[in-house]
Amino acid sequence: MSAIATPLAEIPVAWKLPYRGKVGMACLIVAESAIFTIFVVAYLFYVGKSFSGPTPRDVLETPIFYTICLLSSSVTIHFAGKLLERGRRGAFLLLWLLTISLGALFLYGTGLEWHRLIYDHGLTISTNLFGTTYYSLVGLHAFHVTAGLIMLNIVLLFGLAGRVGPEQSARVDVLSLYWHFVDAVWVVVFTVVYVLGR
Amino acid sequence: MSSDAIAIQTVEAAGRPWVETLHEWVTTVDHKRLGILYILYALYFLVIGGVEATIMRIQLMRPHNDFVSPQVFNRMFTMHGTTMIFFVAMPVLFGFANYLVPLMIGARDMAFPRLNAFSFWLNFFGGHLLYFSFLGGNGLYGAGTAPDVGWWAYAPLASRAFSPGHSSDYWTIALLVSGFGSIGTAINIIATIISMRCTGMKLSRMPLFAWLNLVMSGMVLLAITPLSAAQIMLLVDRYLGGHFFDTQAGGSATLWMHFFWIFGHPEVYVLIIPCFAFVSEIVPVFSRKPIFGYPVMVGATVCIAFVSMSVWAHHMFTIGMNSYANSFFTITTMAVGVPTGIKIFNWLGTMWGGKIQFKTPMLFCIGFLFQFLIAGLTGIMLASSPFDWQLSGSYFVVAHFHYVIVGGILFALFGAFYYWYPKITGRMLNESLGKLHFWLFVIGFHLTFDLMHIPGLLGMPRRIYTYEPGRGWDTLNFLVTIGAFVQGIAILVFVANLIISYFKGAKAGNDPWDAWTLEWSVSSPPPAYNFASIPVVASRRPLWDLKHPEDPDSHYE
Repeated sequence: MSAIATPLAEIPVAWKLPYRGKVGMACLIVAESAIFTIFVVAYLFYVGKSFSGPTPRDVLETPIFYTICLLSSSVTIHFAGKLLERGRRGAFLLLWLLTISLGALFLYGTGLEWHRLIYDHGLTISTNLFGTTYYSLVGLHAFHVTAGLIMLNIVLLFGLAGRVGPEQSARVDVLSLYWHFVDAVWVVVFTVVYVLGR
Repeated sequence: MSSDAIAIQTVEAAGRPWVETLHEWVTTVDHKRLGILYILYALYFLVIGGVEATIMRIQLMRPHNDFVSPQVFNRMFTMHGTTMIFFVAMPVLFGFANYLVPLMIGARDMAFPRLNAFSFWLNFFGGHLLYFSFLGGNGLYGAGTAPDVGWWAYAPLASRAFSPGHSSDYWTIALLVSGFGSIGTAINIIATIISMRCTGMKLSRMPLFAWLNLVMSGMVLLAITPLSAAQIMLLVDRYLGGHFFDTQAGGSATLWMHFFWIFGHPEVYVLIIPCFAFVSEIVPVFSRKPIFGYPVMVGATVCIAFVSMSVWAHHMFTIGMNSYANSFFTITTMAVGVPTGIKIFNWLGTMWGGKIQFKTPMLFCIGFLFQFLIAGLTGIMLASSPFDWQLSGSYFVVAHFHYVIVGGILFALFGAFYYWYPKITGRMLNESLGKLHFWLFVIGFHLTFDLMHIPGLLGMPRRIYTYEPGRGWDTLNFLVTIGAFVQGIAILVFVANLIISYFKGAKAGNDPWDAWTLEWSVSSPPPAYNFASIPVVASRRPLWDLKHPEDPDSHYE
């Protein structure tokens, strides 16, 4: 029952730990990767196991243009972060807006594809196993793009209000980490759905 | 007591309206309060899950009993399993991690306090959503029903055709919601441990408690998420007409099993690793020796985490996998016993030659050591696939995993309660009531779960609501039920002890056990800000260094 105060005298030591935001986002990415892995496994497991059509070979078209849009948004967000770090707010906002547009364009592409599949080919989530796995996997990714776009837009609004400066650059980097992850997942989904799955 | 506590006079005094107190607790983001909320919430569900177990045991007490209907029995084992894993074990372990990790690593709070509160409330509403199924399972127009598909909800039993109404949906959504809560907490624990350690608290100096919770959180990220993904698929099947697990349209029931057990087996280690953490803190203090083989303990834990990710299909030996898969999962399952054995030897090595004090926390830890060893041995038996073909789905399996969960996890948890209760409340738990609780629980536990192995070996399948007389199961089942009641009485003693000691217990002071980790350096209960000034540590036992400046650990590490 001794009366103990602070354990030891404060000795100045060089002590620096990683930024918690980055660590937290890295953990979230690990968790999300596991979720996507399960959906990818299900997709691959069911390739060619549908009892009825339409099959991927019949109806899927490779969305090269929209893929390029999404992947290049990773580049723009990277440079946007760099510009913010140097305090160039105007250029940052411009590139940030470009990132959002590219992401939105990608979502529009997904929407177009789904519209074509549903109305021209009659493929819905309940048509066959291909429909179930395709819409789930691509939809899960589109959901993450949407969530990312919402967060990017929040930053944009704050930026337009003049509240985003170099001092927030570490936080903005955390968000771009998420965006890079969404892009990386698309590379996997693209490979699985449009290359291996056909 | 603490000489340099910052004097912030709270206007506590008399006559504070209870609504204000309630509001304070509901809106809190303090890791200590959230920890307490987690623990209380888990205790509340422990009682509910215990009542469900008792109902099942009364039903099975004698052959042809009709205490409950078969339908109710199905609901009871589903709810008992789901409740105990997701709404007792997970929250109580998260509660202790929440409360203790920041204190042990010299931080003022978790890395993301608001995420912490959010995670807790997700878990909280998940649990209540599950129990709302009793009212709303078939829709509110009729009598509701709880889910009755078993805690693993195998396909196609959980499909629309065989599980109409919404009972399975309550199960699915409750687990999905609480799963997101668990992922949030895991992210928080990892970020706290990586980014919030006080000066000098290198990874190699962290208390084992923090280390093991770090590993556990990493496993949560990889183990809970497959379950969440599978639940999303099940929802797609049930609501959108998908075919993931619909065998009529080419879907696979086996895939659900794989996805469930990819979660299900690592989950066991998610639960047991924090219990290893409790034991690793309690055993050294009551043996008056530093932990034996600290680096090896860390290594063994990481090793367990890796290996346990590749053992899941030992739950599925009877589905007819090929012999290569059977051999692989047999070998990996047996291999996981090696690092676990290393840990047991390390705890024994810590006790060896120590001045052991047989206080209640230590008693529970010693009970844990013996029982967890036996649970591990029956686990090795079941890991052998031919043996498993014979006994899978029998009471032998039920006895085995209850030996792990009750004999291992719950015993370590009780130890943790007796050890940290003084820190959390400022009062000691009553030692005589504690010893009574221990001995009653040991007797009840062994009566129930030792004997439960035998009807399993004699062929009694799990999940049956009754059985024919004269198969040699009658007396055993009767004794098993008696044991369950003895355990129930022990739990009542425990709860009484918690309540009585809160008001009448001896004052604990900062450091009642003469321990060595940072949480004992602050007052009991700790102030909201934890540390008046952030501590600086130079060894694994900062309080030893402080108490023995002539011979500090930092000279040897």
